[in-house]
Amino acid sequence: MKTINLETQTVRDLNQALHDQAPECTEREWEVLEPKGQHNIACGLDQNLAVDVKGHAGYFCAGMNKKAHVTVHGNVGQGVAENMMSGTVRVKGDASQAAGATAHGGLLVVEGNAGARCGISMKGVDIVVKGDVGHMSCFMGQAGNLVVCGDAGDALGDSLYEVKIYVKGTVKSLGADCIEKEMREEHIQELTELLNRAGVDEDPASFKRYGSARQLYNFKVDNAAAY
Amino acid sequence: MCGIVGLYLKNKALESQIGELFTPMLIAMTDRGPDSAGFAIYGDEVAEGSTKLTLRHVEESYDWDALARSMQDALGCGVEWFQNSNVAVVKVQASAESASACVEELAPEVLVLSAGQSIEILKAVGLPENIAETFNLSGMKGSHIIGHTRMATESAVTMEGSHPFSTGQDLCLVHNGSLSNHNRLREELKREGVTFQTENDSEVAAGYLTLRLQKGDSLNEALENALKDLDGFFTFTIGTRDGFAVVRDPIACKPAVLAETDDYVAMASEYQALTTLPGIENAKVWEPEPETIYVWEREQ
Repeated sequence: MKTINLETQTVRDLNQALHDQAPECTEREWEVLEPKGQHNIACGLDQNLAVDVKGHAGYFCAGMNKKAHVTVHGNVGQGVAENMMSGTVRVKGDASQAAGATAHGGLLVVEGNAGARCGISMKGVDIVVKGDVGHMSCFMGQAGNLVVCGDAGDALGDSLYEVKIYVKGTVKSLGADCIEKEMREEHIQELTELLNRAGVDEDPASFKRYGSARQLYNFKVDNAAAY
Repeated sequence: MCGIVGLYLKNKALESQIGELFTPMLIAMTDRGPDSAGFAIYGDEVAEGSTKLTLRHVEESYDWDALARSMQDALGCGVEWFQNSNVAVVKVQASAESASACVEELAPEVLVLSAGQSIEILKAVGLPENIAETFNLSGMKGSHIIGHTRMATESAVTMEGSHPFSTGQDLCLVHNGSLSNHNRLREELKREGVTFQTENDSEVAAGYLTLRLQKGDSLNEALENALKDLDGFFTFTIGTRDGFAVVRDPIACKPAVLAETDDYVAMASEYQALTTLPGIENAKVWEPEPETIYVWEREQ
């Protein structure tokens, strides 16, 4: 295992060392010490690495992740795992706003709470939050799944496309065009698998499913002539 | 973009170190605000019926002694003062209103940065590091302190446009964000008698709170009204004689982090600014909710 201490080395040093593993992997396990809320830690990885960040990280931690498995043993600032393509990002503490924003693939697990706009414009990522999510979560979500084991804030799933949202607790309010939907057997199966992958012990039958009513402008075939 | 930091001590034993604890917090927010900085420190209280003013003149060589003597004659009471760079802290055995009016009349070229029993506001244009050094921040003592590093967007980079803004006796405000209805609101406040020194949007928020508090609102009520009447983005930290308050707008896109231990409550725009505090590794760290007023105040 390779250890990088951010008190003596820069984030740029760390990210370059991790990027150097992309063409040929010579060191699979990495440990990052003293992150102290610095931004852009472990960004742009493109290799099957295991990276453990020992402390709180700042903005955009594990952004654009591909293949790597990043675990933050603390909280993260805004935009964790933004635009992730594949791999896993696990946050042991809380995540600030826009967790998993625009992410295309992979799995993001937040073991604490996630702030506002969790999964905003998500495009295929699976997000599992053990705690609550803030307002405007999954805004314009296009594909993937958002699982919330706690409560969701205002305007959940506003202007949603095809993301499936599962919430165990209460939803303060639903956003425009987001509705509660029937929880069928296939959804129980899908949720069971998501919870297993995230290592979260919850009863899938206790969740409700939310999705798009498909009533906004974009969904109307009559509007196709406008293009 | 701007940076906000605040530190409220629960453990009185740390009061002699507040400047030392706070200096790295302010400097850590240089990335968010490199063009000007300032802070409001609370402590060294004057007795009931007396007032402490922070006064500023562009020239460091300004004759503060002459002003103090004229004030003594005009007010017919004792005046003590000390100088810190181009700022003087003046303690007067008179009300805040009469002391401020006296300065305005005797020396219109002098700016009253703050008035109260406890508050001192110090601010200037330049890097936070340089401002901390200019005012010898690390050597300061006090019970609580809030600070700001500015990256100007809505108005010019001037000392007058830098934060904190005084919002009444022992009250001040720092702001991260931008208000969209400040022009109209400024006109409305002017009609109600509030005066402004700049075109700055944050000064309008400060003026708004000043007026609400003058009209009899409690701090909580004034902030609840601010949530209704101010349009735009904001994270505010408000310093009071006994503590500080934090409030974010309903959209909450301007960041804020809070940390609490048995010894202190700390606030910052980013966690990075808190990492030098003792015991931060085991502190309770969380993000304040939107549209929620958080207040920490010591009992008198």
